[in-house]
Amino acid sequence: MLKETHKAEIDDILSRYPVKRSALLPLLYLAQREQGYITEAAMQEIAGLLKLTPPQVYETATFYTMLNLKPVGKFHLQVCKSLMCALVGSDTVIGWISAKLGIKPGETTPDRLFTLSIVECLAACGTGPMMQVNDDYYERLTEEKLDRILADLRQTGTCSLKTGPFMWPEPAPAKPGA
Amino acid sequence: MPKYEPILLKNMLQPGYTGSLAEYERAGGYQAIRKVLGKVSPADVTAVVMKSGLRGRGGAGFPTGVKWGFLPKDYQGPRYLCCNADESEPGTFKDRQLIERDPHQLLEGMLLACYAIGAASSYIYIRGEFVLGAKILEQAINEARAAGYVGKNIFGSNTTIDIWVHRGAGAYICGEETALLESLEGKRGLPRVKPPFPATHGLYNKPTVVNNVETLANLPHILNRGAEWFASIGSPPKSTGTRVFCVSGHVARPGNYEVPMGITFRELIYEQAGGMRSDKKLKAFIPGGASAPFLTPDHLDVKLDFESVALAGSMLGSGGVTVMEEGTDMVWAALRLMEFFYHESCGKCSPCREGSSWLVQIMRRIVNKRGQLADLETLTDLCKNIAGRTVCAFGDAEVSPILSTLKHWRHEYVAMIHAAEAANLIRPEPVGAKQ
Ligand SMILES: Cc1cc2nc3c(=O)[nH]c(=O)nc-3n(C[C@H](O)[C@H](O)[C@H](O)COP(=O)(O)O)c2cc1C
Ligand code: FES
Repeated sequence: MLKETHKAEIDDILSRYPVKRSALLPLLYLAQREQGYITEAAMQEIAGLLKLTPPQVYETATFYTMLNLKPVGKFHLQVCKSLMCALVGSDTVIGWISAKLGIKPGETTPDRLFTLSIVECLAACGTGPMMQVNDDYYERLTEEKLDRILADLRQTGTCSLKTGPFMWPEPAPAKPGA
Repeated sequence: MPKYEPILLKNMLQPGYTGSLAEYERAGGYQAIRKVLGKVSPADVTAVVMKSGLRGRGGAGFPTGVKWGFLPKDYQGPRYLCCNADESEPGTFKDRQLIERDPHQLLEGMLLACYAIGAASSYIYIRGEFVLGAKILEQAINEARAAGYVGKNIFGSNTTIDIWVHRGAGAYICGEETALLESLEGKRGLPRVKPPFPATHGLYNKPTVVNNVETLANLPHILNRGAEWFASIGSPPKSTGTRVFCVSGHVARPGNYEVPMGITFRELIYEQAGGMRSDKKLKAFIPGGASAPFLTPDHLDVKLDFESVALAGSMLGSGGVTVMEEGTDMVWAALRLMEFFYHESCGKCSPCREGSSWLVQIMRRIVNKRGQLADLETLTDLCKNIAGRTVCAFGDAEVSPILSTLKHWRHEYVAMIHAAEAANLIRPEPVGAKQ
């Protein structure tokens, strides 16, 4: 039960809003973080916490694409295919991933490590092709980069190619003596 | 030296700038709020913003001071500010940079807006995918709270202003301001029927202002340097200040470029963004995000200000400029954007819900060389029955790619259809509600 394991965090979330229902998305995120996806039991518990009916929770949960109502792989590869990325090769990237992992969009590898999804614009249109893996962005993808990302994810669970605080074009490095 | 003085990107262009509270203050941060808090009346702050000519950077370009002025003067209950950091318009990636590289600039802007409208609580509604951005904002708010700049009695005054980060969860429509409010209330992000407007019935039915990240980030500079200074930048009187334009597509140097409004597309694309990426010529560009109708090389000398782009038959919108080179298939491009709108239609209004599905199906069969000439009339007819017939502006937006490509590149549609006819492939697929 979230209530027992995350009491302080739940109280903190509730304290931010004058109306309880506003805490719904944050609590659904909390449930997803803990279990990888949102279970029916979690939705029922959250309904109780917020004095909502389970259908009210379900109605909201089903609207948002980032809330997983089914389990996904450990690494959720989400490749943007909207126009700006498509102009610079996102369809090719999707093809590479499919071939390398042997899965089609929407599928998960048998070892449950990777799920491939195709998504719409993630606000990285100037640095496409790009994908989001769990919380991290990977931009200006090439086949070499992709190989490294997949290898690093398998080995260490993360990859240093992920984008830090975003700025593009990057600021010029300070010139010595300038 | 950049050709134009950067305002919003100034700090982050300094090599090594991390956006911490200490660095923001060293660069002159949190001076504007100190200058006005308890010294300039909220009404006078609003007057300065009005005089500066600042217009919303979220898409619609509504004058910011005027919007604030719509809040009821005599209402005693709570009021809210919501910062729109949903940034989901394809082609747009400026708010992400403003948030992640200089979060305190946004926070100071929010404090100023809250002070002007009398809000003690404010929320930053940030798109769910910006996990890093949300983290950076939370850290910045904690720093500011510890310094006494956010929370109770800020800067030792008797003013209380709180700022909270609220993450969306993957829905383009939540960038529309009333859908944003619904989402923030824990509901599905369905736009509300207007009127009543958020100014009187917003978050929790209380007077509310929704402003875009870039709009708010301008406020410290306007209050520091004055309305006249701001109004002298860009193309006054109607498009004042700079814009951070997001250039994407087939250019040599895509990215965010802050320039005064009123420079031409030619200058933005060929000077700032380095021109085309290869020797292929420019074929088309979208001037203001996916919702803005496509323009052609004939429009390169149009000025990047609200009025000029509108006169050219498009809109400045979110500032996302997408460039396409010779050889780009325009029907394919329109289909890509149509697929986006189909995916993101919230389903509230029938013309948009059903129409977006039909449009995608017809476009797909044309691209798959299964189209017929009558399809072009059907497309036009459908588009005309969606635009203007929905609760929010999504309906107007979703028909832009098809209508504008049909206008400028109708021959490409016709060629695809003739190819289908020649190959005798026409087997019209029935169009229904579900794919
Ligand atoms: C479908 C749709 C999506 C929108 N998405 C965004 C968005 O992602 N970010 C944003 O700031 N404004 C967006 N807007 C505009 C907002 O409704 C609103 O006009 C804006 O946030 C007001 O802020 P401003 O006056 O500072 O521009 C969208 C509008 C529509 C109709
Ligand atoms: S189009 Fe791919 S991130 Fe915007």
